[in-house]
Amino acid sequence: MTTTLPAPLLLDDQTEGNRLAWAVADIITMAKRNILAVMRTPEALFFTTLQPIMFVLLFTYVFGGAIHVPGGHYINFLMPGVFVQTVIFGAMSSAAGLAEDLHKGIIERFRALPMSRSAVLAGRTTSDLVRNFFVMILITIVGFAVGFRIGTNFGLFLCGVLVILFFAYALSWGFAYIGLSAPNAETAQVMVFPLIFPLLFASSAFVPVATMPGWLQVFAEHQPVTQVVNASRSLMVGGVLHDSGAVWSALLWTVGLLVVLAPIAVRKYRKVA
Amino acid sequence: MANFPHSSLAVEAHDLVKVFPRGNVRALDGVSLQVEAGTVLGLLGPNGAGKTTVVRILSTILGPDSGHAAVLGLDVVTQADAVRRTIGLAGQYAAVDENLTGRENIHMVARLSHLSRTVAARRATELLEEFGLANAGDRVLKTYSGGMRRRLDLAAALVASPPVLFLDEPTTGLDPQSRQGLWAAIEELVREGTTVLLTTQYLEEADRLARDIVVIDHGRVSAEGTPAQLKADLGTSVVSVTLGEYDVVARAVELLTPLSEKPPLVENLVVELTVNDGPKAGADVLRTLDTAEIPIAGLALREPSLDDVFLTLTGHKTTIEEGEEESVKPKRGFGRGRKGAATDGKDAA
Repeated sequence: MTTTLPAPLLLDDQTEGNRLAWAVADIITMAKRNILAVMRTPEALFFTTLQPIMFVLLFTYVFGGAIHVPGGHYINFLMPGVFVQTVIFGAMSSAAGLAEDLHKGIIERFRALPMSRSAVLAGRTTSDLVRNFFVMILITIVGFAVGFRIGTNFGLFLCGVLVILFFAYALSWGFAYIGLSAPNAETAQVMVFPLIFPLLFASSAFVPVATMPGWLQVFAEHQPVTQVVNASRSLMVGGVLHDSGAVWSALLWTVGLLVVLAPIAVRKYRKVA
Repeated sequence: MANFPHSSLAVEAHDLVKVFPRGNVRALDGVSLQVEAGTVLGLLGPNGAGKTTVVRILSTILGPDSGHAAVLGLDVVTQADAVRRTIGLAGQYAAVDENLTGRENIHMVARLSHLSRTVAARRATELLEEFGLANAGDRVLKTYSGGMRRRLDLAAALVASPPVLFLDEPTTGLDPQSRQGLWAAIEELVREGTTVLLTTQYLEEADRLARDIVVIDHGRVSAEGTPAQLKADLGTSVVSVTLGEYDVVARAVELLTPLSEKPPLVENLVVELTVNDGPKAGADVLRTLDTAEIPIAGLALREPSLDDVFLTLTGHKTTIEEGEEESVKPKRGFGRGRKGAATDGKDAA
């Protein structure tokens, strides 16, 4: 038998040297694909943006009068909390997005392609980061419209934004893990909520922790969402809310979460898909 | 690393075993197969037989528990990345992105196959044209019909011109016209030298496309050969007679048994015979029942279905569910029992 085999067509020029370049290209391709999907469903984008806007209005005009905060201006106290809430909700879509990809079979296709193995997850968390960035801009505008003012300077305000986005990015990996564990996209949404709810509301996001019962204060003071909210208050508002310890604590939490959650998500991805 | 001596084989698998821990399902229980370069192998089997698992292992998505396999001499486990650059995969789920246009879908797969942007754009245009999607290419997939999605799925699988193509039930659920179109496209690829391994539940599909057929059932190869060889084993027609009343079933079975080499299959009022000469056997059945004054409510002549193939080959219908591997469709209304302890013994082995 001397039938000659067709040689494998290696249309790419993948060598060890540009392996990293291709991995980055894969992440960009995946992120682009996810962002296109978001733009193709503007209804979803509209309503996920509407929700934090309603929170701003609700807390400013309905609850705001009854909440007394250090510094006296509730809106300045509130906005960093709403920013954090917004990006956490934004990061939750990593769970639903991955669950959907997994159960619609498209991840099967990705796994049979010579693409980088981690690009599916990294692309998803990256696209959610990009989306969060744009939602942040929108919410900031709304905040300014209802009276929020930067108490420090614009540079520090941007640092605050970065702290918040970085934190959400780290959480995205945790949500990715949940998305890969969920039986479908809808369930993924429901699964993340009980985790996020206590972290978000038993925190300093909307009310001062000092107003909570003692046992709850212990939890609220030490959990990451409070640290991130306090850090962004320190950077965005300053004054009596200045807390440089919280900034370091927030960054430490974020790096810690990323270092733990990303490998867990990647391992889960290798197992389930 | 395993040694793969047969250089003319585009795909070879030896003793593949895969057990899914959930439900402890032995999805593959020692499957071996070979596809010669430039030919089409049809992998036939009912839902849950393990077809998809074979394809997933060969396309590097899943690792086997034991056994080994190679594509163009490349080991699917140890050289998975190289294998991925030589294969195309299209499946029954049409793994395409709903939110993208046809062009964007092909472009995405091209980029993830590490083609340059220029080549990716050119291939997208070429393939859309080739698969009759040129006009729909810039529409979002939500507007596509099932047949269009399958064509796009196949087009995307071909973006890097892979020499080996895996098609997992490419036409399941398609209307006859779309099926014909897809078959023609596959035939064209084979003419150009592509090696194809395709799984199917349709004898007709395997018959038209495949040079060789491997039948698997319960994770084992239960028959292999050319379509002609397999059909000769099966008989070519099934005579299905519906009797008028229950009282006469036993007597009818007794009278009809001599008309076929294989025992009749009985389900309620329906008696079925697998035969080689359908029309003649149909006439015989009528004459026999008429002479015995047994009332009949209906008579039908049909091609053997895959159920009949499996009955003949293995003596039972399969009902194994392969974890979440393959969706298990409702079975056709003939709940024929297992034929004997021999089969059960085999399962336990």
